[in-house]
Amino acid sequence: MAALDRSLIRFEEIVPPGSNWSHVLKRGTTLRITDTDGGANVAALFYNFELLAERLNLPDTLKCQHIARLTAGNCLYSDMGRILVSITSDSCGWHDPLAGASNEKIVTEQYGLLNYQTARNNWHRDAYNNFLRELGKYGMGERDLAMNVNFFQKVTVDEEGKLVYHVGNSRAGAAVDLRAEMNTLVMLNTCIHPLDSAPVYSPKPVHLTVWTSPPPGSDDFCRNSHPENGRGFILTERYFL
Amino acid sequence: MNGLTESPLDAGKAVYDFTLPAGDPWLHEIREGQTLRILDLEGNQAADTLFYNARDPADRYSAQDTIREQGSIYLTTGTKLMSTRGNVLLKITADTCGQHDTLGGACACESNMVRYAIEKRYMHACRDVFMRGIQQWRPDWSKRDITHNINFFMNVPVTPDGGLTFADGVSGSGRYVEMRAEMDVIALISNCPQLNNPCNAYNPTPVRLLIWD
Repeated sequence: MAALDRSLIRFEEIVPPGSNWSHVLKRGTTLRITDTDGGANVAALFYNFELLAERLNLPDTLKCQHIARLTAGNCLYSDMGRILVSITSDSCGWHDPLAGASNEKIVTEQYGLLNYQTARNNWHRDAYNNFLRELGKYGMGERDLAMNVNFFQKVTVDEEGKLVYHVGNSRAGAAVDLRAEMNTLVMLNTCIHPLDSAPVYSPKPVHLTVWTSPPPGSDDFCRNSHPENGRGFILTERYFL
Repeated sequence: MNGLTESPLDAGKAVYDFTLPAGDPWLHEIREGQTLRILDLEGNQAADTLFYNARDPADRYSAQDTIREQGSIYLTTGTKLMSTRGNVLLKITADTCGQHDTLGGACACESNMVRYAIEKRYMHACRDVFMRGIQQWRPDWSKRDITHNINFFMNVPVTPDGGLTFADGVSGSGRYVEMRAEMDVIALISNCPQLNNPCNAYNPTPVRLLIWD
């Protein structure tokens, strides 16, 4: 992925393994997530910051683009027919919308319980509890959980409908650009993928860059990748009229 | 398509028997140990269904937890319908259709605008059905409680290269799916009014709902 012009960069941040991050990504900016070490998982949820009841709807996202995976050209839709973020660039190639969030049971059964008292900030955290911690800060909670994306992870479906987890989908340096089409509350954490098969508990860090990006023109790749996205952009743009 | 499993239960002995027209909501508590049958009366009818822990509805059906725990995206006999907290809400005990979807979600006026045409906004849709249903029966609930549902009788195949389509139904007249409640649950159904894709064979029809103790 092309390096960014430094003058466009608003801020950068490293999210350590197993941690939470949230930010209201303003329309006109893009979030670049870089898997610095390879093998990262970024569990993510998205909300319209102006109307939190409007949030990521993965079934709507998948059915309108006829996909069961996410990559460049795809848009992430809210339940209101609008686009929260679009994936304008992706050097990983496949992001998982199917397998959901890791939880305490999954992490504990595989890696054992390791609490904060024992391990300080290296304790074993999971995506479900991390989402709840972060949702609480915006006046939301358990009822606001939705199907989440796992960036940098690949789960395919075989001919019988069985899930197949792919180890090593993302190499060090892989990156994905998420362009805000609304003022979108991005909520993400770097907890392990629920199907992670690593022998030791090893969540990975990611590097984040928020940068100023041009608005999607009439020739925009995401707008034109599916006829449905053309209508999604019209509906999103009408929201701001 | 998975193997089909018939039920030994006799409709004459059901403690509840109701026919739900297309485009209407239904909300009902199913107690632990009771069995719910959803019967596709005329064939190829999608029943959009949500379940909640009756003691604490913040704990509710989770599509992602359900498919991950069973390692498969299609629901059929043996599937445990999982909640967000990892509880088993119900278990599918009989299925003469063979597979059911939980990735396609519910239709909505808003998503119909994206999927088909902006003027499709004015056609009836499952999300509107759900909203009126909860306003009537659970006024303490709101849109955030209308989460990602099951589409009984609907066929949404996914391909190994990551494609997803709404295909012709695999159900037919008289097919049914049955599930036993593993805890006290609330069931919320929208009998799908969608006319824009083959999920209802372009002809939404009633479903029959039966409950046995």
